[in-house]
Amino acid sequence: MRLEVDITGKRFRSAAGGTQEVLAPVSFALQSGEVGVLIGPSGCGKSTMLRIILGLDRDFEGRISRPPEARIGMVFQEPRLLPWRSVEQNVRLAAPDVTDAKLAELFRILELDAHRSHFPGELSLGLARRVALARAFAVEPDLLVLDEPLASLDDALAGRLRDEIATLVARRPVMTLLVTHSLDDAIRLGDRLFLLSPRPARIVREVPIAIPRAGRSEAELGRIRAELAALQLESK
Amino acid sequence: MLRLLSFALFLAIWWIAALFVGATKLPSPPAVLDVVIAEASSGALFLHLGATLARVSLAFVLAMSLGSAIGYLMGRVKLADRLGDPWLILLLNLPALVVIVLAYIWAGLTEAAAVAAIAINKLPTAIVTLREGTRALDRSLDEMASVFAMPRWRAFRHVVLPQLAPYIAASARSGLSLVWKIVLVAELLGRPNGVGFEIGVAFQLFDTPRLLAYSLTFAAVVLVIETALVQPFEARATRWRPRAA
Repeated sequence: MRLEVDITGKRFRSAAGGTQEVLAPVSFALQSGEVGVLIGPSGCGKSTMLRIILGLDRDFEGRISRPPEARIGMVFQEPRLLPWRSVEQNVRLAAPDVTDAKLAELFRILELDAHRSHFPGELSLGLARRVALARAFAVEPDLLVLDEPLASLDDALAGRLRDEIATLVARRPVMTLLVTHSLDDAIRLGDRLFLLSPRPARIVREVPIAIPRAGRSEAELGRIRAELAALQLESK
Repeated sequence: MLRLLSFALFLAIWWIAALFVGATKLPSPPAVLDVVIAEASSGALFLHLGATLARVSLAFVLAMSLGSAIGYLMGRVKLADRLGDPWLILLLNLPALVVIVLAYIWAGLTEAAAVAAIAINKLPTAIVTLREGTRALDRSLDEMASVFAMPRWRAFRHVVLPQLAPYIAASARSGLSLVWKIVLVAELLGRPNGVGFEIGVAFQLFDTPRLLAYSLTFAAVVLVIETALVQPFEARATRWRPRAA
């Protein structure tokens, strides 16, 4: 499966009557098994780009091609759980075909076992984010979209969840698109990094990381980090 | 316990007031109770209560289901809202009496005319409440349902309906009291039975005990429906909310 993004422009009409350019031409493609990472300053149009890719916003120029049968798993910036359904129901409603065994495994990996019957209002933000992750993985997605899934979590928890995402992504061939501010998340999870400019967003540079995720030692990560820092200085 | 105390206070005030103004204007509680017992043992009370209850439930169900559907549509579809809004304002401001009289003139003094007139009076408030509820729906949850490709019915049942439940409960509660007030007028004007008819007769004879006997029993029935049906539904619909201490 293959996701092709070819946006030629996106404008918002402002309240004053003028138009505002949100996205400059942006195009990239993603294969099954690949993790693409969008990195860019706040407000550059990343979320708008995701909404277009997910089909939530059809008012843009260009085209998105993804297989119509592709199942989508999404982790929004806020968990977006149904407050009136339990943790388990939240996952099952999005993924009605999930087997008991699969669900039990997901809940074990994400340490949600004790919270199956809790309502989202009773959970901390960290737990709610894990439920959102469980929901996205339970659908066995072909396209997994993660919009800053680790924002506002403490480092230790973010690190653990990042490892869990890596484990889950490694399990099946899935096209993954990750949006993040964190360079660290990007180089630990990504196969290809797309560095975005400020609004209107365009891809300033595409950085492939050739070393497989599992084999990235701290030394290698340090080298990639330095390389990226140099690139970012250069583009400024 | 507190409710019981409050009810006892009501009875006490009534009794004392009855002593002051005299039995012809305000009969004492036992006098009214005597009439209730007499009417109940003759069976008339149940006949009239039953007739009124049947009209209330029929008109209520009709207005609630139709009103909720129209309100949801107007909340979701802008075109429907703009087309429906003038009608809605007209209906909202049409006096109940006008609707009832016109219904009887156009459709005759029939059961259908009575039920329709009552339902039409309740309809606009149900529409307005549900339209507000629909407008307040959380768009971000709609997006979630759409991204996860939830089938329409499942999304409606699990994403939309729980958000509308408080509005439906509020509409049911205010609607029940509205319908109960209007049904009596409709019965007074054009039906040969029901609590409203009996009250009309009592009025012509200045029979205050009879008037109170009928209206209070019906108020009691409404109270039972409210606590046995509407409140449990409301509690169930909001049980996911963390309780305030």
